[in-house]
Amino acid sequence: MPWRQPERHRWYKGQQQTALAGDQRLTIDLMSTTATRVELARNAAGRLVPISVNGKDQRPYAGAVQDDPQGHKAAPAIRSCVQYPENGDKRVPDLETALRKCGLRNGMVISSHHHLRDGDRVAVMALETAGKLGARDLMWFPSASFPSQAAVVDLMEAGVVHHIEGSMNGPLGDYTTQGKMRGVGVLRSHGGRWQAVQDGEVHIDIAVIAAPTADPFGNADGSHGKSACGSLGFALADSMYADRVIVVTDSLVPFPCVPWQIPGNSVDFVVQVDSIGEPAKIVSGTTQITRSPDRLRIAEFVARFLRDAGIMRNGFSFQAGAGGIALAFVDYLRHMMKEDGVKARFVRGGSTRYLVEMLQEGLTDYILDGQTFDLDGVRSIAADPRHVATSPFTSYNFHGKGNFASMVDAVVLGATEVDVNFNANVVTHSDGRLLHGIGGWQNCLFAGCSILAVPSFRDRIPVIVDEVTTITGTGEMIDVVATERGIAINPRRRDLLDAVKGSRLPIRPIQDIQAEVEQICGGKPARPRRTERPVAIVKWVDGSVLDTVWQLA
Amino acid sequence: MSGLAKAEIMRSGEAGHCGKDVRSDLQVALEARGEGGIEIGLESRVAAYYGENILAQARQALSDLGVRDAHVTIHDEGALPFVIAARIEAAVRRAGLGQGRRALPEAVPLPPPAARDRLRRSRLYLPGSEPKYFINAGLHAPDAVILDLEDSVHPAEKDAARILARNALRAVDFAGAERTVRINQLPMGLADLEEIIPEQPDMVLVPKTERAEQVMEVDRKIAELKRQHRISRPIWLMPILESALGIENAFIVAAATPNVAAITIGLEDYTADLGVVKTSEGAESLYARTRLVNAARAAGVTAIDSVYGDVADMDGLLRWGQKSRALGFEGMGCVHPLQIAVVHQAFAPTPAEIEKAQRIVAAFEEAQQRGLGVVSLGSKMIDPPVVQRAGKLVKRAKEMGVIQ
Repeated sequence: MPWRQPERHRWYKGQQQTALAGDQRLTIDLMSTTATRVELARNAAGRLVPISVNGKDQRPYAGAVQDDPQGHKAAPAIRSCVQYPENGDKRVPDLETALRKCGLRNGMVISSHHHLRDGDRVAVMALETAGKLGARDLMWFPSASFPSQAAVVDLMEAGVVHHIEGSMNGPLGDYTTQGKMRGVGVLRSHGGRWQAVQDGEVHIDIAVIAAPTADPFGNADGSHGKSACGSLGFALADSMYADRVIVVTDSLVPFPCVPWQIPGNSVDFVVQVDSIGEPAKIVSGTTQITRSPDRLRIAEFVARFLRDAGIMRNGFSFQAGAGGIALAFVDYLRHMMKEDGVKARFVRGGSTRYLVEMLQEGLTDYILDGQTFDLDGVRSIAADPRHVATSPFTSYNFHGKGNFASMVDAVVLGATEVDVNFNANVVTHSDGRLLHGIGGWQNCLFAGCSILAVPSFRDRIPVIVDEVTTITGTGEMIDVVATERGIAINPRRRDLLDAVKGSRLPIRPIQDIQAEVEQICGGKPARPRRTERPVAIVKWVDGSVLDTVWQLA
Repeated sequence: MSGLAKAEIMRSGEAGHCGKDVRSDLQVALEARGEGGIEIGLESRVAAYYGENILAQARQALSDLGVRDAHVTIHDEGALPFVIAARIEAAVRRAGLGQGRRALPEAVPLPPPAARDRLRRSRLYLPGSEPKYFINAGLHAPDAVILDLEDSVHPAEKDAARILARNALRAVDFAGAERTVRINQLPMGLADLEEIIPEQPDMVLVPKTERAEQVMEVDRKIAELKRQHRISRPIWLMPILESALGIENAFIVAAATPNVAAITIGLEDYTADLGVVKTSEGAESLYARTRLVNAARAAGVTAIDSVYGDVADMDGLLRWGQKSRALGFEGMGCVHPLQIAVVHQAFAPTPAEIEKAQRIVAAFEEAQQRGLGVVSLGSKMIDPPVVQRAGKLVKRAKEMGVIQ
């Protein structure tokens, strides 16, 4: 039976227009027991996508910036002070009590955030407790999932969790692409998650927010406490739009918890537990630069590209993640900035020791931090007012009056595959298995110059292909692909091609690099074998459906 | 069934490596049978992309090697075709089959032959049993790569490593780096030569050289193989002196044959032979190294220094390289690709040296034009060896890309 959220939340249905590209609409009959007919449409990226998922109408992708939203934002129910303790003490003895008081019912949407990363204990704890209370067919709505949350597979097997909308990787990814999940997975970017909640596409019934520090009123923050994780920005939308909000903390302080990123005014209940996570897995002690000479070469190319293209100039800004190549890039760039006497106005985190050092050395005025990856980052965000916690609303939300992402001069990202048209994939392996979530990746593509820093092949698997298995971002949005064998600039960016004329960088057509790698690897790789049954969809930042993840053959 | 056929059924061989931490390699286990054709069991982390391709390649390789009936198990960790071919061939040979046959991978174009006095600032050591290091070695632009069959290869892997090195010489594009092989000590080194010489390496490194005869024996073997395989391009020799006796004989070793292009020193073994501790300052080997430079110059070959083992200490490497250049060495070995750029920096002439050399060259050219026998710069007379040295420095600086 298709999954249904409790009836009262189905008001949004019909609010969205189903825009179809031409008349390319087809229906596939499936022999599956869970879904028998799937109506598909070909979207503007040329991909077949379902027009209805988990009982909700979907809008096929119409282009990166073809967006004209109508209507009004969603809002949670009105509450009154009289319903809450006057002394502000919202503590209840345990999560079970909190969930019961929240009116837990079958089919509800339970959300969690991923600032505790692979160390998180709260999300699984909440879902398991809901299971013990007899709840079934829940939709889990994490901002991202991690391998340590593999227990959710058991909860899906047991019928407690119906499906996941968020990221599905590791065991959850395999479970999904093997077609075992009952509903269809929905992958959204960090900004897209905010957009979906804000626009009412996803209504969170109960948000469970793990908080490294909180007070009895529910004010919560991530920068202090034994499980400190830095920013709590991913939980902000949940706190604002969910019907009920539970804060779970292992470090309760008397009111007021200062600073607070989540205001207690949005919180229904506070639960104190022994531990919200494993500190060693929440943040790494230190983030490590890659030692691989090939990857260092890519990182150096990217830094030189920023310098030679004139992007690295006084007052500029950039964003790079915490992967080995990205960290090495930051280190190279930092040296070049020092050499040339250049200073950034701001850098965007994922913050790490390397960004913190740049802040301390005066190489940037601010770190605008979406998540905090290592202990240096956590210490800095707690102590330095120039290290600012952001949320997906300020950074990424496409249905807002602008966001930070498009004001960043350059962003350095990874990808599992990129094709000769500069479409890229980050969510599945080339063979179609779900690998990881979108994260902020799609949102970051709006930077002035979006750069994918990738090896040209992994093991024997070419990274540059004729057509990516799953489109996560289109060539409209991707400007540069930097590999150890050279840098390809999207022909659409004539300005960048001109800017690096005369540079000693190995600028090459993407087809050239592809041909060289195929020669090394012994020909083109075979295409993945997949069925015609969608197991997940990839949303674009505006809520439209960019691509489909299919069950593997 | 005859007794011989029965014995053949028992023949089996294994080669290569697999496991969670292994990359770009594979393990091949082969069991020859009396009948039943070829049966291949394949497990590969790239099966979805290259499964069919691997099976087709394996069948072709077995056919090239004359194996008609065998059960083969392949556990592949994303190996490239030249590695797959090498591991299959090694397994077949270990099973006592495939004599006189080869399973050669597709060849890349041979780079132009190396000049005897080509630039040899950096040579990157690549362990002969670790194919993953071969693939992108050329990208880091060393002047030479060394496919090492000697110290980095376990005695039980010597046979497989020489097949792998041969295939790498044939199928890997080292991006203009001089393609060199360090063979084993004789007599094992002669078997190495038989395998690798047909693929025309640019240079052969002769380890633990102490006497001119060792070099001459290698030279004769190469000449014989070149004739046999109709190879006309040069294959240079670089003896490695790794003992007190080797250093004493540096000159006669360097002058043993005109095919010696350079000599070098192996400090690990040399300091062990002397019974002294190897330090990062290198005072204990100063005599040996200066003696080697002198012998090289006397024999008209290039003097190349040893390696700097601490890959984390780039400042130490730079200092060592600069001192080494000051002693008269023209290059050194690298044990990690990240050392290459630092070594190139260390062996580059300084801007002041280049400028002075350019002025000397200009003065010489001017003197030539004016028909003067004596070259002078300002009030100073310049001797012909100085002019020659300046000319070489300018030429080298151009080759290094330091000047246009």
